[in-house]
Amino acid sequence: MKKKLFFLIIYFLFLGPLSSSDNKTELSEIYKNLRCLVCQGQSIADSNSDFAATVKLVVQDQFNEGKTKDEIYKFLISKYGEWIVYQPTFSKSNLLLWTLPYFIFIMGGVFIFLIIRKSKNNKAN
Amino acid sequence: MKINISKIIIFSFTIFLLSVFWLGLKINHNYDTKSLVGSKISKFYVTEINNENQYISEEDLKKNKYTLINFFASWCSPCRAEHRYLMSLSNQNKEIKIIGINFKDKKINANNFLKDLGNPYNFVGEDTDGKISISFGIYGIPESILVNNELTVIKKIIGPIDQVQFNDILKSIQ
Repeated sequence: MKKKLFFLIIYFLFLGPLSSSDNKTELSEIYKNLRCLVCQGQSIADSNSDFAATVKLVVQDQFNEGKTKDEIYKFLISKYGEWIVYQPTFSKSNLLLWTLPYFIFIMGGVFIFLIIRKSKNNKAN
Repeated sequence: MKINISKIIIFSFTIFLLSVFWLGLKINHNYDTKSLVGSKISKFYVTEINNENQYISEEDLKKNKYTLINFFASWCSPCRAEHRYLMSLSNQNKEIKIIGINFKDKKINANNFLKDLGNPYNFVGEDTDGKISISFGIYGIPESILVNNELTVIKKIIGPIDQVQFNDILKSIQ
């Protein structure tokens, strides 16, 4: 009985606050990925504007209702368009945006490989 | 031959990057939510500004041929400027019902605003914390949304209604 009580106390002392801080981290992650539409280059997390404050309230409400990050983004995209999120969803129109970094990475690798091979060949000759 | 391959790669990559930048510069970066025209408004629930027991929802909008949802506040000077167009719209056209949603305002100020300038609204709702405005995709005051009885957004006016917008609304509901 004492053992159970001890573990319960430990749980409420450490795990309780931990899960609440987890929620805060997740909420802050969501705010960081949302663009403040009325500010210059600021996210909802960074902005103190009226609009940002209202969006934070709505996100908090939906988060507390148990909605996932993606569901919250989907809701805001349906109201404000794709521009509201910094990380856009994968679609035909932004295919280039998602694939270009990988393409550049591969092309860079190929280019370096060719240069190394060329310099090796030159040394051999 | 090997050198040529590198040159071709660099050349095509440069052309590719330049075309991306060129296309990027051509895109219009002025953001607005007018792209939402044609979409349907979602479920909502707004209580009357002076009577908490009275409310309006999307179901009530289905009864009107056209509804103009106008977000306004007494502290917003462009709202004062557009008010006479809302008054004209309410007096001239009976096909359209106007719903006013009072945004982050004091009740007494909102009532005085309507007393001074006239009340063009068939229903005045209140949005004290602004949460309702988010479900309508609002990001500034005033904004107006024209919807039909199928709840489809016909027109979205960002900023105050002027003579041009007023004529456009009349044209849209003809």
